[in-house]
Amino acid sequence: MTGQGETAEHEWVDDHAGPVVRPYAVTGGRARPVTGTFDLISLVTATRAEVGSESGLGPEHVAIVGLCQRIQSVAEIAAHLDLPVGTVRVLLGDLAARSLVQVREPRATPAGLPDDSVFEAVINGLRAL
Amino acid sequence: MDYGRSERPAGAAPLPTAIKILIAGGFGVGKTTLVGAVSETRPLRTEEVLTETGIGIDDLSGVEEKTTTTVAMDFGRITLSDDLVLYLFGTPGQDRFWFVWDELALGAIGAVVLADTRRLADCFPSIDYFEGRGTPFVVAVNCFEGAKQYRLDEVQGALDLDPEVPVVLCDARKRESVKEVLITLLEYAMKLREERRRAVGD
Repeated sequence: MTGQGETAEHEWVDDHAGPVVRPYAVTGGRARPVTGTFDLISLVTATRAEVGSESGLGPEHVAIVGLCQRIQSVAEIAAHLDLPVGTVRVLLGDLAARSLVQVREPRATPAGLPDDSVFEAVINGLRAL
Repeated sequence: MDYGRSERPAGAAPLPTAIKILIAGGFGVGKTTLVGAVSETRPLRTEEVLTETGIGIDDLSGVEEKTTTTVAMDFGRITLSDDLVLYLFGTPGQDRFWFVWDELALGAIGAVVLADTRRLADCFPSIDYFEGRGTPFVVAVNCFEGAKQYRLDEVQGALDLDPEVPVVLCDARKRESVKEVLITLLEYAMKLREERRRAVGD
């Protein structure tokens, strides 16, 4: 939290100032992923233990592959890398197009909601916490 | 046959199912506290950067040509089992970010509207939104110390809620209390689904 006594100049350099690199610089100006929709809770896992930066991938791509050695949601990737969600979607699209990540979109019925078994499993899971 | 160590067998372990519940309510009502009470990690923050076009009325008097706006959402994660992960998303407080709410609400199994009896009107916009969308929601009255205790039916009346909508007391700091709120929401959401199915079948 920024103290009230601090000047606006100081506020620029706290955590809330966001990344120094502007979001679209990371994606080369692209606003949309080449493939996929990437809901905030789509789960992502890397298909390889690591990738080199040789194949036209940027450091952020490499960071995502590193992060997704454990399953992460799109929202978590964005939070951990301190990048806006839209930027992460573009980067994930690049990785998905190269089969470097596997993505699971949220399970949903045609009405857009999970089925009954999921509700029951959530209730049981919460009770067991 | 020896597979390279860097390659994982494709589809060896299926990815879990992820679901989300929204936590809404006025500014300072305790949404992030509630998320933190049950999340397995401290609440994380994710941001959407929006271009100015398409954002409704914005009071930027004195600010020139603002081109982007950042909407922050705090969220937490609860791994319920190997194949089920629950995410709780605190909705952005500003009413003008409805399109961010639309994205959040898509596929959400329900919402908790957190209310403070000292500022009950703060949760009206959330209630209107979920009623309009048909998203199942419960109202959880956060019991702040020093706040006058109201009976739940008084709160229900003051919010002009459908009598079916559960109104419960909670302490957003306490894990057990928040668990109960979430279970109440899920049970209510299941009941609503059953009713809607019957209505369609009639």
